[in-house]
Amino acid sequence: MIRKARTHVNQDEPLLFERSSPGKKAYQLPPLDVPAVDPTTVLGAENVRREVSNFPEVSEVEVIRHFTRLSTWNYAIDLGLYPLGSCTMKYNPRLNEYVARLEGLAQAHPYLPDKLAQGAMKVQVALEAMLRDITGMAAVTLQPAAGAHGELTGILLVRASLEARGNPRKKVLIPDSAHGTNPATAAIAGYQVENIPSNSEGMVDLAELARRVDDSVAALMVTNPNTLGVFEREIAAAAQLLHERGALLYMDGANMNALVGMVRPGDFGVDVMHLNLHKTFSTPHGGGGPGGGPVAVVSELEPFLPLPRIASGNGTLTYNYDRPQSIGRVKAFYGNFGVLVRALAYILAHGGDGLRNATLDAVLNANYIRKQLEGCYDLPYQAPSMHECVFSDARQAAVGVRTGDIAKRLIDYGFHPYTVSFPLIVHGAMMIEPTETEDKRELDLLIDALRSIAEEARENPELVRTAPHTTRTTRVDEVTAARKPVVRWQPAS
Amino acid sequence: MRYLPKSDSERQEMLASMGLTSLEELFSHLPESLLLKRPLSIPPGKSEYEIIDYFRERAAENATGHASFLGAGVYHHYRPVVVDALISRGEFLTAYTPYQPEISQGTLTSIFEFQTMICQLTGMDVANASMYDGSTALPEAVMMASRVTGRSRAVVARAVHPEYREVHLTYARHQGLPVAEARYDPATGQVDLAHLESLVDQETAAVVVQSPNFFGCVEPVREAARIAHAKGALLVVMFTEAVSLGLLEPPAEADIVAGELQSFAISPCYGGPYVGVLAAREKYIRQMPGRLVGQTTDTNGRRAFCLTLATREQHIRREKATSNICTNQALIALMATVFMSVYGKQGLRELAEQNLAKAHYLAGALDNRGAGRRFQAPFFNEFVVRCRQKPAEVNERLLEQKIVGGLELGRFYPELDDCLLLCATETAQREAMDRLAGSF
Repeated sequence: MIRKARTHVNQDEPLLFERSSPGKKAYQLPPLDVPAVDPTTVLGAENVRREVSNFPEVSEVEVIRHFTRLSTWNYAIDLGLYPLGSCTMKYNPRLNEYVARLEGLAQAHPYLPDKLAQGAMKVQVALEAMLRDITGMAAVTLQPAAGAHGELTGILLVRASLEARGNPRKKVLIPDSAHGTNPATAAIAGYQVENIPSNSEGMVDLAELARRVDDSVAALMVTNPNTLGVFEREIAAAAQLLHERGALLYMDGANMNALVGMVRPGDFGVDVMHLNLHKTFSTPHGGGGPGGGPVAVVSELEPFLPLPRIASGNGTLTYNYDRPQSIGRVKAFYGNFGVLVRALAYILAHGGDGLRNATLDAVLNANYIRKQLEGCYDLPYQAPSMHECVFSDARQAAVGVRTGDIAKRLIDYGFHPYTVSFPLIVHGAMMIEPTETEDKRELDLLIDALRSIAEEARENPELVRTAPHTTRTTRVDEVTAARKPVVRWQPAS
Repeated sequence: MRYLPKSDSERQEMLASMGLTSLEELFSHLPESLLLKRPLSIPPGKSEYEIIDYFRERAAENATGHASFLGAGVYHHYRPVVVDALISRGEFLTAYTPYQPEISQGTLTSIFEFQTMICQLTGMDVANASMYDGSTALPEAVMMASRVTGRSRAVVARAVHPEYREVHLTYARHQGLPVAEARYDPATGQVDLAHLESLVDQETAAVVVQSPNFFGCVEPVREAARIAHAKGALLVVMFTEAVSLGLLEPPAEADIVAGELQSFAISPCYGGPYVGVLAAREKYIRQMPGRLVGQTTDTNGRRAFCLTLATREQHIRREKATSNICTNQALIALMATVFMSVYGKQGLRELAEQNLAKAHYLAGALDNRGAGRRFQAPFFNEFVVRCRQKPAEVNERLLEQKIVGGLELGRFYPELDDCLLLCATETAQREAMDRLAGSF
């Protein structure tokens, strides 16, 4: 029985261009207080366009209705549990939105003189200090715009530090359970990617690692807890092995929500790592960004951090550009500052104790779901779970119901699907991360839904295979979308 | 902690169902030596009121109540109130990347509209769902041109935003992608076409110009295209001031257009988050980086949208992906989309014309004070002036009147150390411009 959701009427809405009609407007500018100039005179006729063809012309009411109607077609964390594994969809406090819009912060131009930007610089200094405390690392750069951008920054730091030792080396090792951004990043940083198989527990195989690490290996990129939600128990030994052979340990911090306040990467030998502020530190995902991807390093890598670095002298903060070993800039200005403000507000609200409690609740929730569902779904790896658990569709696949089908059926039950078919080392993976945001009632509703779907898969597999049944949009034809891409609206000719 | 929704008795009940008695037992399988034995140094959690006070204090330490004539890639424009009202809806703000199209049509539809409007503005055929910002869009565009042409060299005009060029060099250095810089003409401020032509050869993948360029000058895009295409290179045209596209001829001769939409209702916010765009000719679509939304139908035959051509992307192609980008700037792209809807065809034009008028008024007022423009080329809403005193001294004097003056160009261009880059948008008041000119 579906207890969480039922259908209700929602509005149809055309594209803006289809609503548009000449002469409508939603704006009014103040009168010009200087003489108008003729564009063709000052720019030259050849530089002036006639119009922006087919650009929308709508009224303000229509703008409001258009986007409000569109919004009702989305699922969101504000509507309920969003169990996407490795995505850490947690509550986004509205306080953080409020403070990020304070005029002195939101209107600050990045080229303000330093003396008129001390507040913005102090925010960065404070956040860096807290992220150092959380990670146990020596230094932090806030410049990268998102996780993958942080990865690139981190691997460039690896390259620069090895170059300074005499040889940047050729390869980066990546476990087969890793996020796709890891190999893509290593390739963009000019490294060959070598995938290493996980052991029977789904962890980095130390013996295999020992065989692979030679003087051509620059680094191992590892996610901890890994994408199975399992803590890499031998991580400290792996770090030692890498260090003995002159290689570095990179940690993908995507799953840091399992560790904050309990375990620090700096204490198990990580040399460089990134954090995802839009995961662990609750900045809103916004339908795909913006994010924040700070990178934390040990002191040996500090000289290579991106330009500029904040320095303090005489009680005033300034930017230091005189750092000859720096990898250079990875982004204009100083990072996604508005995202940094939100992350700092999140950390301040929790405090050290609250961050630890959030981690404990996140791990509790994942383990509770695992315990309640292990009778219904196959659990391919038995190692203890941290903040997420990974089932497979092995039992349901026998009757032709796959992880993607179960995920789509979950939509009818009022939930967003879990992460489907990832990590790649689990065939038919169902990766569930509830985060600390969920109360027991919401967790129980998810558990009931997944139990009920397991039963449906046995008794009426077609019902699951053709789900969702209650959404305004049913399954879409992704094959045709890719074969004949239509990526913009065009007027009917 | 007020964001954690469970009572202690619920926690105990959940633990009991697993045969546990304490939360710490959930970590008992970790090596004991790795567990943090002390609390974090971060002080205890603060109330909403304390946090607001903290950030108000920080905000007050930044410039407030100043008139500003800074541009240089980040522009002060009016922000329609409906923008924040709409993007604050939880269904947009707190949704994930739209990988599940059945329950993400709101985000997908708005991105499809975004892609369409970027094409309309730039004269390109296809646009992606967004890049991090303009600065990172530059190396992505050059890497794309490399894939298309099978070549590795880039020639970048020196009047492209200096920080964008620095970011590009960071990316290029480690991939063996050599970069040459084309001079600007010291009289016009535009790219020196003869020098550009001398740098472009059969190994050039991309020629990159920005228009209006960092000095505010409109670049001869057609001539740059001719030079690039004569040698089989692609032309990448960058922009930092999107409002200019309401008035300026779109760079339709380009192969790739990349830039920054901060001007479209995105607060300066001390450098980000902003939103980068990358648009191109249709034939290059499979070499584009980042997410793309495409139109399709659902099983009932109704129009629907979904992420498409994912085989370019890292989660499918891993080390062979066209880029490592995953999270982009979706919510900021939505801000820009709402902005474009509010201003629309007429409004963007009128806005651009106001910018043009304000900047030309300011340039005229300065000229009357003997501070002439450094370059002759046509400009949109920013321009370079040569100062009779040291630019830093001029700026100091302006600050005394609560005016943030221009960017001191010597910072990026030592040969222009007697110059300021000034910007006047529609928000510049005539009275403040007169006061500014009076200080020269």
